[in-house]
This record gives sequence, structure tokens and C-alpha cells, in this order.
Amino acid sequence: MSPGEEKPDYLINPEGLRLDGRRPDEMRPLELKVGDVIRNADGSASIKQGNTYIVAAIYGPRELHPRHLALPDRAYLRCNYRMTTFSVPDRKRPAPSRREREISMVIRNALEPALFLEEFPEAVIDVYIYVLQADGGTRCASINAASLALADAGVPMRSLVPSIAVGKADGTLLVDLGDMEDKYGGGDVPMAIIPHTESITLLQQDGSFTREELLEAMRMGINACKVLHERQKDAIKRAYVREPGDDDDEYEDDLEDDLGEAAIPGED
Amino acid sequence: MATFFENREIVVPGQLLAEGRYRSSFGTYVSADDEVFSALVGLAELRGNTVRVVPLHGVYIPREGDRVIGTITFVAGNNWKVDIGGPYGASLHANNALRKPYDDDISKYYDVGDVIAAEVATYDRTTGPYLSMKGRGLRKLKGGTIVEVSPAKIPRVIGRKGSMINMIKDKLDIQAMVGQNGRIWIRGGDLDSLQIAKKAFKMVAEQSHTKNLTDRVAQMIDEELAKLHENDENEETEETSALEDGEEVEDEEEMEEVNEE
Repeated sequence: MSPGEEKPDYLINPEGLRLDGRRPDEMRPLELKVGDVIRNADGSASIKQGNTYIVAAIYGPRELHPRHLALPDRAYLRCNYRMTTFSVPDRKRPAPSRREREISMVIRNALEPALFLEEFPEAVIDVYIYVLQADGGTRCASINAASLALADAGVPMRSLVPSIAVGKADGTLLVDLGDMEDKYGGGDVPMAIIPHTESITLLQQDGSFTREELLEAMRMGINACKVLHERQKDAIKRAYVREPGDDDDEYEDDLEDDLGEAAIPGED
Repeated sequence: MATFFENREIVVPGQLLAEGRYRSSFGTYVSADDEVFSALVGLAELRGNTVRVVPLHGVYIPREGDRVIGTITFVAGNNWKVDIGGPYGASLHANNALRKPYDDDISKYYDVGDVIAAEVATYDRTTGPYLSMKGRGLRKLKGGTIVEVSPAKIPRVIGRKGSMINMIKDKLDIQAMVGQNGRIWIRGGDLDSLQIAKKAFKMVAEQSHTKNLTDRVAQMIDEELAKLHENDENEETEETSALEDGEEVEDEEEMEEVNEE
């Protein structure tokens, strides 16, 4: 717990609303940007989900160094999830932590089934994910951003991979947990899916759920992922739709207006 | 039997493009139920009953017969290692590049850092790409400069039957050679026209998915040339004549080299 942070008396108020005024099945305001986030990368994307802010950059497919890691039949997907020192109220120590290594692996496992890695044997696809501001749900937001960046880099893939966590607080199931709900709630279930087949590429659980609660949480999660998927598709299309004859400057302005509207914090 | 896209619509990975007996081509994949999905961000196209997606981004994947522009990175016995971009380094055997008999020390012919135009002779997933330089126009590229664009944009840089590249060459009076690996080699003209050419190629790469691009690029070049002429007129009155003489000499040398080939 950071200095000055206190456990809230309740996570759901008597009207059934959450700390930031959301309804239980409501997601945080979402802001996606594809391409031109990291100009030198082959593909990049950024995501703001509530106060969580993450950028993802893709390099490759490119030659793999060190060579001994190369896989003879497919590309090696190398995910690197890092939290910046200033992403949390207490300074995060810059050394790679056990948690970061684990989340890197979780992200790789969630993305791998969606990619046609066999088209690039011996090569590597580097996925760099930097958490600039952490406020809960960073692993899911990272998967959202990374899959957009992979699409932007032109890596062939079966589908985008939307991802979201469903959790529990004061006995109610909540979609898209914020930091406080994550810390003081009763558990959470992060998940990622491939939408048109409804295959699940990530499913974790923290805390205890009854069988019914878990099934309901997964149903809510899949619905939220589908909503998220539509937003991801929009974000990609918006990055490329450009009227002929438009000046670059005008185009930038249009984009910013669009994003600004989607991200009014604390609306409702 | 149905398709779910307009021609040249921007599609995203996982988007359903067609179902029924459609053939899946580049940039698409087929599910067990004969549904064709997009695998890339790109423009969907239907030709006959073949669905394909023209990518907007992507690395260079060699294909046999591609003409590429590469840099020699290593001389190994009677092989050259060539950087052609993308995930795979290529090799070029002296037998495929030189007329026999050739000297034992092949660095005499091409050395590290040299830029060559070559052709992909063979490539499959288990062996890296092998190049050949036997063919028309395949040679060492002396002088000039290289513009890099995404390999996915090369078809648009060339245009239908070379419309785009020929327009840029004619308007600016430069030589140019386009490699499928996204590298464009340009030489000739003066520095200003090379700068404009660079700008033109970047413009094609950035706006490759929009309509009437050739016309707009032509218009941009005309405007830039017009600006240049204005500046020239101003400068001619201001600059000293000594500097101009120097420039002219350089130009002549450049011309001679071009004529040799």
C-alpha cells in the first residue's frame, strides 16, 4: 500500500455503483492508438484503460540473436513486459522482477495461438511492453495493446486478441477491475479470447469462486472481450482511413479529436 | 457462397471475408468450415473466386524470381553474404555472379559494403535465400543513394505497368531501380531532384492505400520543382560565380559515369 492510500469502506456503494461510479458490468473508459506510437518500431500501439497506460512495440520478424534460441519450424515470440519505475505510487525497483517475468510468459502464451509463427522459421518477433502508469489490469491491457501492435507490424495472425479481467468484490462480479478493486476485492479472473471461435488463450484465477460464479465471470468476460474486440477493429481502421488530398496535419487533428471523446475520465 | 467485404476495403486480422467455395490466397486463411478470414491488416481483393489481402505493412519474405537490392556484409571463400532486409540473410555464390575464370579472391569484384542488384534464385523455409546475378540489369550499383520503404508498398511504388516509377523518373530525370525487398536505388539528376524523389517515394509509402495517388504525387513533384526554379532564379543573382563553376564540374563527372554503363 502506498502512503496516504487507505482501504475503502466499501467497493460497491448502496446504489450498486463502484468506486469510480461504474456499474458492475461496465468497462473503464478505453483509448486505443495504433501505429506511430513508437516510430522506429515495425509496429506499435498504446492503450489507456482507466488510469492504466501502456505502450507496446513490435520489432521483427527479424534475425534471432542469440542463434541457439532459434526454432527450426517457427518464429520465436519474445515478450518483454516491463513496468517503469514511475508507473506506481511507490517507486518500482528497476530490476526485472519475478512478477514481470511471469507476466511476460503469460502474455506470450496468450498471443502465440493467434499468430502464424510457422511462416518465419528461425526468426524472432520481439514484443516490448512498457507500463507507463499502472492502475490494475495491466496484463490484460498489455495483451490488448500487443495484439494491435502485432497487427500494425503486419505479422500474419488468426485474430486480434481482446483480453479483460472479471473480479469479485463484496459478493458482486465486476468487469474490468481497477487497482483498488484488485487489491481489496475477493479475487479476479483475467482472460483473453480469440473472438470468432471463442477459444480461450488466457485464463487465470486469483481468490476463490464458486463454480457458478466462475462460469458467470467467464460469460461476462467473453462478452466484454467482444465489445473490446470491436474497439480494437475500429482503432486499426481509424489509423489507416485517410481521405485523399488530406494534409498530414489535418489528419492528426481528426485523430486526436476522436480519441479525446472516448476518454473522458470519470464519466457517468 | 458469399463475400463480406467491398473491394479494396481495409480489413483486420480475424475478419470474415467470405464463406463457401472461395480460394484463399495471400494474407488470408481458411477455417474448417470453408470460411475465409483475413490474416493481415490490408486491402481485401476478390479476383475470380480468389480472395487475397494486400498488406499495408510487413517484412520482406523472399520469393524465387524477386529482384532485390542488397548490401554485401561478408566475403566467405567463394560466397558473399548479402543483407537483403527482412529476417533472413542471403548468400550469393561466385558461380552465380561471375564469368569463369574468376580470381580466387572474390572481394576484388564485390567487397563488404557494396550495393548490388540481384535476383532470388532459390528460397524455401529450410534453406536461406540464394541469390543470382545472372540476368539483365543485375550488377553492382555504383554511387547513388537508397530509399527504404516497406516491402508491402513496392507494388504501389511501381504502379500499374510501371506508371508510378516511370512518372517519377521522367519528371525528375533520374535513374532508379526498385527491389522487391523495399529498397529503391536512385542516382543522377542533382541533389534537389534526389531529395524530391525521396519525398515522392515516402509519400507513396504512406498513402499507398488511397486513390488517385499517381496524380497527387505528380502534382507534388511539379510544385516542388516550381519552388526550386524560383529559388534558382533568386540564387543566381546572389551567389558568386566561382561556386557555380565548381558545381558544374561535379555534374559533368557524374554524367560520364552514367554514360559508361
